[in-house]
Amino acid sequence: MSVDPVTLAVIKGRLEQIADEMDVTLFRAAFSPVIAEARDASHGIYEAGTGDTLIQGKEGLPIFVGVMSFAVKTGIAKAEADGGAEDGDMWIFNDPYAGGTHLSDFKIVRPYFRDGELYCWLSSAGHWHDVGGGVPGNYNPSATDCFQEGFVMPPVKLMDRGVIRPDIVSVLTANSRLPGSSYGDLMGQINSLDLGVRRMDDLLDEYGKETVRDVFSELKKRSARQMRSLIGDLADGTYSTEEFLDNDGIVDEPLKIALDLTIDDGTLTFDFSRSADACAGPINISESTTIAATYVALKHVFRDVPANGGVLEPITFVIPAGKILSAVAPRPVGGYTETILRLIDIVFSTFSKIDPGIAPANSYGTINAVSINGRRPGQSRPWVFFSFFGGGLGGHSDGDGLTHGNAPISMATIPPVEILESVLPVAFTQWAIRPDSAGPGRHRGGLGAIYEIELLEERGTGFVFAERGKFPPRGIVGGGDAAANFVSYDQDDGPRIPEMTSKAVDIRLKKGQRIHIESPGGGGYGPAFERDPGMVATDVRLGFVSRENAAAQYGVVLTADGTVDADETDAVRQSMGRA
Amino acid sequence: MAASRTAIVGVDVGGTFTDIFWLDEATGECRVAKVPSTPEDQSRGFIEGVVAGAGESGIPALANVVHGTTVGTNALLERKGAKTGLITTAGFRDILEMRRRDRPEIWGLRGSYTPVIPRDLRIEVGERVLADGSVRTPVDVDAVSRAAADLRAAGAEALAIMFVNSYANPENERAAYEAAKAVWPNGHITVSSDILPELREFERASTTALNATLQPVVGRYLQNLETSLADAGFAGDILIVQSNGGVMSVETAREVPVRTALSGPAAGVIAAAHIAEAAGFPNIVTCDMGGTSFDVALVADGESALAAQTSIDFGLVVRTPMIQITTIGAGGGSIAWVDRGGILQIGPESAGANPGPACYGLGNDRPTVTDANVLLGRINAERPIGGKINTLDLEAASRAIQTHVGEPLGLDDLAAAEAIIRVANSRMSGAIRLVSIERGHDPRKFTAMPFGGGGALHTGALVNEVGLAGALVPRFPGVTSAIGCVIADMRHDFVQTLNTLLDDLDLSQLTAEIARLAGEGRERLATAGVTLEETEEIVELDMLYVGQTHTVVTPVPTGTDRLDVLRDAFEAAYRREYGRILDGIPCRVMNLRVSVIGRRPGFDLSVLAPSADASLEAAERPGRKVYVQGAWHDARVYDRLMLPVGTVIPGPAILEQPDATTFIDPGLAGRVDSFGNVIVERQS
Repeated sequence: MSVDPVTLAVIKGRLEQIADEMDVTLFRAAFSPVIAEARDASHGIYEAGTGDTLIQGKEGLPIFVGVMSFAVKTGIAKAEADGGAEDGDMWIFNDPYAGGTHLSDFKIVRPYFRDGELYCWLSSAGHWHDVGGGVPGNYNPSATDCFQEGFVMPPVKLMDRGVIRPDIVSVLTANSRLPGSSYGDLMGQINSLDLGVRRMDDLLDEYGKETVRDVFSELKKRSARQMRSLIGDLADGTYSTEEFLDNDGIVDEPLKIALDLTIDDGTLTFDFSRSADACAGPINISESTTIAATYVALKHVFRDVPANGGVLEPITFVIPAGKILSAVAPRPVGGYTETILRLIDIVFSTFSKIDPGIAPANSYGTINAVSINGRRPGQSRPWVFFSFFGGGLGGHSDGDGLTHGNAPISMATIPPVEILESVLPVAFTQWAIRPDSAGPGRHRGGLGAIYEIELLEERGTGFVFAERGKFPPRGIVGGGDAAANFVSYDQDDGPRIPEMTSKAVDIRLKKGQRIHIESPGGGGYGPAFERDPGMVATDVRLGFVSRENAAAQYGVVLTADGTVDADETDAVRQSMGRA
Repeated sequence: MAASRTAIVGVDVGGTFTDIFWLDEATGECRVAKVPSTPEDQSRGFIEGVVAGAGESGIPALANVVHGTTVGTNALLERKGAKTGLITTAGFRDILEMRRRDRPEIWGLRGSYTPVIPRDLRIEVGERVLADGSVRTPVDVDAVSRAAADLRAAGAEALAIMFVNSYANPENERAAYEAAKAVWPNGHITVSSDILPELREFERASTTALNATLQPVVGRYLQNLETSLADAGFAGDILIVQSNGGVMSVETAREVPVRTALSGPAAGVIAAAHIAEAAGFPNIVTCDMGGTSFDVALVADGESALAAQTSIDFGLVVRTPMIQITTIGAGGGSIAWVDRGGILQIGPESAGANPGPACYGLGNDRPTVTDANVLLGRINAERPIGGKINTLDLEAASRAIQTHVGEPLGLDDLAAAEAIIRVANSRMSGAIRLVSIERGHDPRKFTAMPFGGGGALHTGALVNEVGLAGALVPRFPGVTSAIGCVIADMRHDFVQTLNTLLDDLDLSQLTAEIARLAGEGRERLATAGVTLEETEEIVELDMLYVGQTHTVVTPVPTGTDRLDVLRDAFEAAYRREYGRILDGIPCRVMNLRVSVIGRRPGFDLSVLAPSADASLEAAERPGRKVYVQGAWHDARVYDRLMLPVGTVIPGPAILEQPDATTFIDPGLAGRVDSFGNVIVERQS
């Protein structure tokens, strides 16, 4: 039975609205700043039998678009083991191997019943502020197993036919350095799911369960059709890219991520077989996270494809066991963001070899997780500063990359300096654009940033978790690479650069000492010597590009007053073009 | 002399038309007029409009000209603000350009950003205040003087001063202001702690910079208006509508032009609220349908909700209270298309005013919502609104719909046109649900109030789809914002960040702070020279549980003398917002907000009522066929303004008037009330 195209469009809009409303409700009520400000959360509606994504909120973190379905599948398996789902049940867990991402993300899965039968699933995911483990904030760069990263909650029943199990809540709060925050976020997620149930009731009252079910199956079918059509526009063949992560934080050796992408008659095969084996440090990711990250990359390349399970139908993944991209317990996965950002950049670079306009150049590619914590005199609970920082996005066929954007996996905004300073004993001494950080190109990358954080209390302990310290963001289609990430921190004998380049744990700071971060810009798009010389002169005037780099990278020679020396520039550029 | 000035005129300058509503408060006489806008110099169209409304001889009799303006908004969107410099804290030169580390679209990673103050006009000086208000580094006033002189030499006409944490202690900013003032050639200096003493440095910097860059532009525009009006014999006061729906004096507008960001749309909501309340409908959802967008606002118990901030464009954040208006890209010019999955979509791409819908015949061959309305007979192809085009090309509309929607979906052109309308209605319904149901309001208690040129074509369907009580089509849907100018009260909003635990709040200090801000507001009201019936104050605290970042607006009961009263008020507000309150977590008071409202004398809306000689016979026009739910129906057509009070028109019917078209769907009926509004309800 098929639903008419107009009803389909109408109900699709209603379903999207329900998911969006669940997202927004949690953002507003959240305690974790990572949810409230950074929007590191997600909600959606999933198929009753398979757990496949039907509808996903548009407001949440993009990476969850791919992950949530795995979380729901995990919840379904647990429900079956528990003797089946009943109306008013909920399961909760943060196990990253089954449900994707890392321990900080708590997923709650809730069956939705209509007329006594299971109709679909609703789910909520959110990044809690602290889930125990070796370091506050849970980006432990020296973790060698998941137990050092936080406490693992396997799927357990949180609510039994509408009644919360207080024992479970006690376990959740007892294992956090910030129990109030965990409790607040838990309640926020339950409130959001309650709201989803009420909205689904209204929708089914209005359209009937048969019609809405038809819409579910039709949406999946059509997404698959749309994806096939888009892939069909690309030339068949196999295209490859390989790249390296700096190190795993434990052993200072580069780790390869390789993709061989085959396009064949409307299907895609993502083969990651040539990637490195699983590593000791926390930059492994589970197979479900690998698939989810690829999905995010595809959504950036094919912007109109809706977020549902049908999209993955024409796509095959080859991810052999034992790889850095197919980690199983207890391999540490806390730094999953670094690996998936690299994976997404690799997918972009690969697509740009198929069609130069289709994808942007690499973005800054590291979240620069920085934490400082300590205890104020006379206070029992610690204070925890924890934040992610920004950088430049890649140049693309339409123009220059965005300066100081958020990462492709995220729509997170950065917390205001004034809010951070008002609740924590730190002061920022720099919050600035980083000159000469963008990859040169016809369309250059966006610029990265410089952040400098000073400790105002007597003592604090911190860590930094970042990547791209050795392997900078790449340009595409002839564009140049951006500046690499740079981290240093003050010690009594002067500034120190971490042994693991951008990863350091147990940084002991005294009052007045600072952590200094310089984030990468984005890669360039197209050859730099094709950039309009006037635009290069403007970049020099604004301090984005130095005069030296204008000459060396762009072949643009400026006169003493900053205008373009046209003759010199032509001469230099001609020699660059031949080179 | 002043006593004889009894007329007031509201002027709303939009992108295409300048709308005029003229009212003589003594005689009750009123007139509406629509003249083409003059984007290159808005004051020209403005004066032509005022003359069209008041008559050449009528201008000296005007007591007030009240103006909703887009001069500021357009200058920001087109980056045509004045050349502006910024003096800021060492290490923070790039706050404006770094924004809050966001991007314009979730997917695609494209898009870029140009700040209103370029990097070479942003200069750092030594100074630093910490979050507790302590001065870590006193401001280097010599450096400020040098920076100001350098910026002036570089051609900056306006200056913004923004220091980190100045909300907690404005001392360094004040000192910098004094130093800069001594070398700055004009009064165009905006200081962040004056304009927005609230924490969040990017939002404060952005509001400060936008205000600075607008001061010269809006100032010149207002100067032109004043001169032109004075030349025409005007001796009254000019008032400017703010984004919060209140009006301010020209002097205040020159100081804080950033408060005009949503001037026109806010006036529309104010008018809607007033008209609906007079007609006995205190709960409405306003639906303003223009060429590219559909704007929705909720009015509950006669009051519209205020939002704390908005973005004029990506990264152009204005943080001042403004009427909460939700916009979706589904206007008359929005393009209908079928995606690769075979799903019909409306917008966000729009054909705009030029080339406009396919039926305009000006070069667009893709179908729009307006094309569907024309093909289905709801818009009169022989009598288009606005007078830009004489007749509409039905053939072109049909061809566009058939090619781009009908064929991909396997529908004929009429079915495809109906599909476009249904999907457009569904998107608009979504926007209405967003502002009503999703904020906890029961739609059955709300009435839709369509205005703008196209809103009244769709409201019947919206009523049915969302389950609203009905629709109220105001007498002059196309000039609602101009009417709002005449209605709006004077209003000034103030904020001050407190950022303290509730338990540590000093109530006597709070009371003093409230008195200080309210006093400043009353002072501004007193100096505006406008007749006010009464003055009212609203006092609120932004509160939250310790650990949260988003606040809940908590009304402060008058004469509060105990902290537990504030905690109770917060919990009541929190429960309304989220359902569950949280036990055992202390709460924090983030900001104090004080609004001072000067009530202007109300105007009697019955002046808009149909004249005594109106009659059904005089109103009737030749009928035409409209296509609804798969079949053609014979619809009666009326000249809306000639319908007498009490007439009931059963659907399907079409009401035409120069500024708008109303479609009454089958199953609904329209009734003319004593103010000349048409109330559309389900037929019993």
